Amino acid sequence: MPNSSFRKTGVVSPEELAALNLLPPEDRLKKGPVVVLECPEMIPCNICVPYCPTKAIKMEKLIDIPAVEWDKCIGCGICVAVCPGLAAFVVDTSKSDFDYVTVPHEFIPIPRVGDEVVLLNKLGEGVGRGVVVRVWERNRTYVITVRVPKGLGMEVRAVWVER
Amino acid sequence: MIGKCSSCFMKVNGVPNAKTCREPVREGLVVERQRGWVPPAAGVEELGSVEFREVETDLLVVGGGPAGLSAALKASECGLDVVVVDEHFKIGGQLLKQTHKFFGSVELFGGMRGFQIAEEYARRIGSSERIRVIPRSAVYGVFRGGLVGVVGENSHYVIKPRAVVGSTGASERYLDFVNNDLPGVIGAGGVQTIMNEYGVKPGDSALVVGSGNVGLIVAYQLLQAGVAVRAVVEILPEIGGWFVHAAKVRRYGVPILTQHTIKAVYGNGKVEEAEVVAVDENFNPIPGSEKKFRVDLVLLAVGLEPDTRLFSQCGAVMKWSPDLGGLVPLRTPDLETSVRNLYVAGDASGIEEATTAIMEGWVAALSAVSKLADKSRASRAEEELEKINKFLWEEYRASPVLARARRGKQSVTVSREEMEKIRAEHPPHVSFG
Ligand SMILES: Cc1cc2nc3c(=O)[nH]c(=O)nc-3n(C[C@H](O)[C@H](O)[C@H](O)COP(=O)(O)OP(=O)(O)OC[C@H]3O[C@@H](n4cnc5c(N)ncnc54)[C@H](O)[C@@H]3O)c2cc1C
Ligand code: SF4
Ligand code: SF4
Repeated sequence: MPNSSFRKTGVVSPEELAALNLLPPEDRLKKGPVVVLECPEMIPCNICVPYCPTKAIKMEKLIDIPAVEWDKCIGCGICVAVCPGLAAFVVDTSKSDFDYVTVPHEFIPIPRVGDEVVLLNKLGEGVGRGVVVRVWERNRTYVITVRVPKGLGMEVRAVWVER
Repeated sequence: MIGKCSSCFMKVNGVPNAKTCREPVREGLVVERQRGWVPPAAGVEELGSVEFREVETDLLVVGGGPAGLSAALKASECGLDVVVVDEHFKIGGQLLKQTHKFFGSVELFGGMRGFQIAEEYARRIGSSERIRVIPRSAVYGVFRGGLVGVVGENSHYVIKPRAVVGSTGASERYLDFVNNDLPGVIGAGGVQTIMNEYGVKPGDSALVVGSGNVGLIVAYQLLQAGVAVRAVVEILPEIGGWFVHAAKVRRYGVPILTQHTIKAVYGNGKVEEAEVVAVDENFNPIPGSEKKFRVDLVLLAVGLEPDTRLFSQCGAVMKWSPDLGGLVPLRTPDLETSVRNLYVAGDASGIEEATTAIMEGWVAALSAVSKLADKSRASRAEEELEKINKFLWEEYRASPVLARARRGKQSVTVSREEMEKIRAEHPPHVSFG
């Protein structure tokens, strides 16, 4: 996509993701946690493919844009941990009271379960505060699941621990 | 401080112009400041005893980065004896300072962090009986008869190889602007060395110049080290590097200012402020658009230039390629240059990235094997080479993010027949084999 705005801004819009089939469909989002791969370029990478335990991500060639079979994804977050581009996220907008977002995190301090953290959007703007509900690690990438105010599931893409 | 500039020159144990970024700390080390370049002392100085040795080997690998190490391993697996020479005290080249995870596929080390790939290579090479590594030593020249001179701190080797892989990597470009010699203006590779290899925080707040992958990755690593990154500036209308690297710094609030460049830095003895300016379509600064940032660090990530002095000295036919970062040797599809049995791989063959450097290392090694090994090994090597080249050119480099390097590499690759004609016209003054 030579003229895409994300090449100029470093921020990919939901419309751009949807055009590449990288946005989970509405009915899938209602069912529970599901992956969002913000990987819109044909880069030579397929790390998410072999690591996905349910084989939900498909690629014929190394440079393909990943294709997700939405019903196979169980929202486990393993791709969040292994993606070298830190481009994989899991969102859960199926609950009525809160949304949940799972993001990669490679900064100290590492948040702990129960911590309140600042929620950042794709532009690095603080959009609210959330509570960490799960933390695990793989090769020094921490995978943080955070409970966020309803409606922010598609916004939040990073957390920041105030020092 | 990619190991190839003069920014860190100091006097080490009385010897001037030593690159301190490559000096291991040791008992009794005396390091002194020097001002600018100090001419070496006239006359002959007594340096103590120097070990002299002549070494014969099948394959000499000059430069132990990803290209050289993958070449060494592949050649050794095919039965060749290999010597690897590297200037640094640790092998791995640029991989040593890369703390982020690499792309590719699992077979191509994708998902591993750069320094972990270097560790894995060091482990495999350490357990190979056919590979000998000569660290902290530089190949300084090639002589008639195909003899290669290697100098270390207290050693001098003359190596006679049957084939050579030149995998000498690249050096960083610098940029012209007011006060660019103030301390605090530093190459991206230098900061990676200080920060990621030696664990020193290089400053408190930074401006990054250049939004290629190197600039974006360094910006992210600075954030990880607790340095506030005020902005990344990019003179082109688009971000140079991959989107995923850009998104990683954007979501922590770092602006990427396209169509902007650095105009000047100011400060008393060190950088205290950096001034950037917007540019028009013709890259001319737009008066009145200046912005100032309070920073103590300005990182230059404005590109790399292949280090091809070895090839020039051997008389290899070279070609200028802006897409590849400068002057590179012409080569056949199996990476042989116009000097017979001299191969090129990695950034020295044109700036690309680490995964392609690894694959080029394999190709160069397999070409050497196909000429030097017995028949059955040679034909197996040719088959494997064919496969790797097919994947490299038809799948890997088909990625639009590698289009520029692909175009560049196509423009400097000639058929074997054409190379024979070039050789006849420009016979090199050295040969190996
Ligand atoms: C700051 C930075 C970040 C990067 N990030 C990435 C990334 O995320 N992903 C990616 O794929 N690529 C990345 N790259 C590019 C990648 O590192 C290079 O493409 C790759 O290292 C090239 O490998 P190489 O083996 O050709 O050269 P190098 O890794 O540069 O190795 C060359 C080696 O040769 C030695 N040498 C040179 N001349 C001599 C001599 N005369 N005698 C003895 N030894 C010599 C040097 O000491 C060095 O160790 C980055 C590069 C830089 C500079
Ligand atoms: S979240 Fe788990 S199941 Fe879904 S794509 Fe990622 S790895 Fe596969
Ligand atoms: S692992 Fe990450 S960067 Fe690689 S293809 Fe999958 S989503 Fe893209």
